[in-house]
Amino acid sequence: MPVLIAIRAILHREFLRFWGQKGRLVSALVRPMVWLFVFAAGFRAALGLSITPPYQTYITYETYILPGLLAMICLFNGMQSSLSLVYDREMGSMRLLMTAPLPRSVLLLSKVFAGTCVSVVQALAFLGVAVLWGIDVAPLGGMSVIPALVLTGMMLGALGLLLSSLIRQLENFAGTMNFVIFPMFFLSSALYPLWKMAESSPVLARICAVNPFTQGVEMIRFALYAQWNGPAILWTLLATVVFSILAVWGYDPARALAGAKRG
Amino acid sequence: MGSALNPGGLWLQGISHSYGAKPAVQDVSLHVGPGQFCALLGPNGAGKSTLFSLMTRMFVPKSGQILMDGHDLAQRPRAAMAVLGVVFQQSTLDLDLTVRRNLLYFAALQGIAGAEAGRRAAEVLERLGMAERAGEVVRDLNGGHRRRLELARALIHRPKVLILDEPTVGLDAASRAAIVAHVHDLADQGMSVLWATHLTDEVQDRDHLVILHRGKVLDQGRAGDIRGDKPLSACFLDRTAPAERAA
Repeated sequence: MPVLIAIRAILHREFLRFWGQKGRLVSALVRPMVWLFVFAAGFRAALGLSITPPYQTYITYETYILPGLLAMICLFNGMQSSLSLVYDREMGSMRLLMTAPLPRSVLLLSKVFAGTCVSVVQALAFLGVAVLWGIDVAPLGGMSVIPALVLTGMMLGALGLLLSSLIRQLENFAGTMNFVIFPMFFLSSALYPLWKMAESSPVLARICAVNPFTQGVEMIRFALYAQWNGPAILWTLLATVVFSILAVWGYDPARALAGAKRG
Repeated sequence: MGSALNPGGLWLQGISHSYGAKPAVQDVSLHVGPGQFCALLGPNGAGKSTLFSLMTRMFVPKSGQILMDGHDLAQRPRAAMAVLGVVFQQSTLDLDLTVRRNLLYFAALQGIAGAEAGRRAAEVLERLGMAERAGEVVRDLNGGHRRRLELARALIHRPKVLILDEPTVGLDAASRAAIVAHVHDLADQGMSVLWATHLTDEVQDRDHLVILHRGKVLDQGRAGDIRGDKPLSACFLDRTAPAERAA
């Protein structure tokens, strides 16, 4: 079936590229490891954590931020993929992809899915490091977290795709990312629980609560203990669908947002 | 899919497109029949790349119709794209993959996989004289071989219409001549070829010639008839330079 052949090829290409860029795996691991080994070590004394689901006892700060760091891998990877989409579009390989005789939505979402699969591999590798470091997760946490990572990866990948359809030049991309990655990460429950944020600023806590990244983090947090957080799953799913529709709309040639250079 | 009413090939009928208020191409019509080599000659900024963006569905024209072997690009985009081969002006190769992997990737995007994809990759590489380079990483190829690979890739799904956007940019004289000759051969074998260029020495007298300038077709017909007794370069300058001076 042509669609499946194309999807498999896009996946295969993404993994070949990933495999060819060993530095990408290393940098994907180093960033969250710095947070886990350095930031968390310095911060654990400053932040008292109460017992909240899915945790059934007092936990270390390292345990608390693990889901946020797994989601951070998906976040950086999603944005890096969208950066490569902008680059690909300027260099032409995105144009090549778009000439395939398949529905454009399938091509675009396959690309997002391929990027997500790479994110999941990186996140699982980091999870392995964290477990070796002594952080406890459920015995099957490494399995049950996979669907949550896939959904979070798809949501963030679709967001990246949407941004790539809106950003016309590579030079503008880095600046835009600063306005996406950092607010998304810091205005979430990745580093501090929302109740803690609410003590300082109820307004910021409400913003954190509606941030789709928070929902992704919470979904991963529960999934690590083989539990399902229904509202977080639904919210992340909704955000994925909305970002995907808008991204495909952004690449619709009739809308011409895809912004190929004229000549 | 050619018929008496629709002889196939590439049809552009009354194509107009603008970026905001600025028109990029205006009322462009041309037909490249099966077995015909059409040179789309225009200086930089004439609108050639815009036409390529429209033919490859990066944009939808504000008005007009594009047919690929009888398939309306707006109404039946997938059928139209399935018969189209494209060589873009910029490189679209994955530099870190081998020659063969690049071909197999594109074949898969066209729905061709397995042994058939391998056969076709070998076939197009043989055709372009690159069979011995199948295992080389693209980054290690020189510019001429990269362009030949782009051409090989555009042929792997056996398109009926082939469009090339300034495919010889940056190549040395020998590589240019080889690619020009090869694409003429493809037209002789029945393919409809649209070759965009600003280099007059790539056009042969027997070619169909369309001169595009400032988004409009200035002239079209057999290249030998258009140039008359003059070299094509002089003829081209005569047609386009007065407009430049008037601007």
